[in-house]
Amino acid sequence: MISPRCAACKYLRRRCPSDCIFSLYFPPNDPQRFACVHRIYGASNVAKILQQLPPNLRAQAADTLYFEAHYRIQDPVYGCVGIISQLYQQIHNAESELAKTQAEIAFLNCNPQEEVQPIEANYSNFNNLLPNQYCPPSTQNSWFN
Amino acid sequence: MGGSSPCASCKLLRRRCAKDCIFAPYFPSDDPHKFSIVHKVFGASNVSKMLQELPIHQRADAVSSLVYEANARVRDPVYGCVGAISYLQNQVSQLQMQLAVAQAEILCIQMQQEPNLPITQMDQDERSLLLSTNFNNIPQCLSFASSSNVIQDPLKRESLWI
Repeated sequence: MISPRCAACKYLRRRCPSDCIFSLYFPPNDPQRFACVHRIYGASNVAKILQQLPPNLRAQAADTLYFEAHYRIQDPVYGCVGIISQLYQQIHNAESELAKTQAEIAFLNCNPQEEVQPIEANYSNFNNLLPNQYCPPSTQNSWFN
Repeated sequence: MGGSSPCASCKLLRRRCAKDCIFAPYFPSDDPHKFSIVHKVFGASNVSKMLQELPIHQRADAVSSLVYEANARVRDPVYGCVGAISYLQNQVSQLQMQLAVAQAEILCIQMQQEPNLPITQMDQDERSLLLSTNFNNIPQCLSFASSSNVIQDPLKRESLWI
């Protein structure tokens, strides 16, 4: 019984060898995933990136490549960097709001007789940017050294 | 009087740098690393296609973001930019929870100082419970800095645009 070609080999119109680097990460039932990654990175660049990694990390690398390619197609100017920019802005806003709130707490603790205005809770939705299905473990070191 | 020197892309690709070279405005010859890293991750022809699909006034920003992503991918071949996104989302969530705790603390202080404020949906038992809550003993998922702590900013916020 011949196993079906992976999405990459189908797309590239070639035979899918038994040791195909793409087959585990680009299954035939999701052709759009490889098409997306191919459009932004190209098949040979993806193959190079995967080949340089130990096999236990390739699935995650394929996922993140797909994620970045997807967002680059959605936003051809900024891609993922647009998301990072928004998150920095949200962090800045949240820090400001937190500093204000803590200053109010300090003020209220020092001035118990002052008339206070009711505080309206303001819960912005900060977590609506990434799709729910992908949540990589947080990375340490290299990004912020 | 010779011609102008080839851009970094054409130098790397060892080809003649045409007058209308799409890379030339964004990959000057004095910064070969910039094109080299983008070419390594995305490939010159993919970058060229992406730039051609954009209006001219957006290409500089597109190049900057591509360089940023390429640098991220080289530094972290597994997660690339997604690692940073995940990290920053955690930061946002933590700050959101700290803010919620601080706002709850204000409500408590208000209730202590103005015990006659109308709180229609809370009965006397609930009010007593809230007033007696010690914010230093809240469950682990909410145990963040108390109001006296200064928020540290562990991020070295790299400039997004090179």
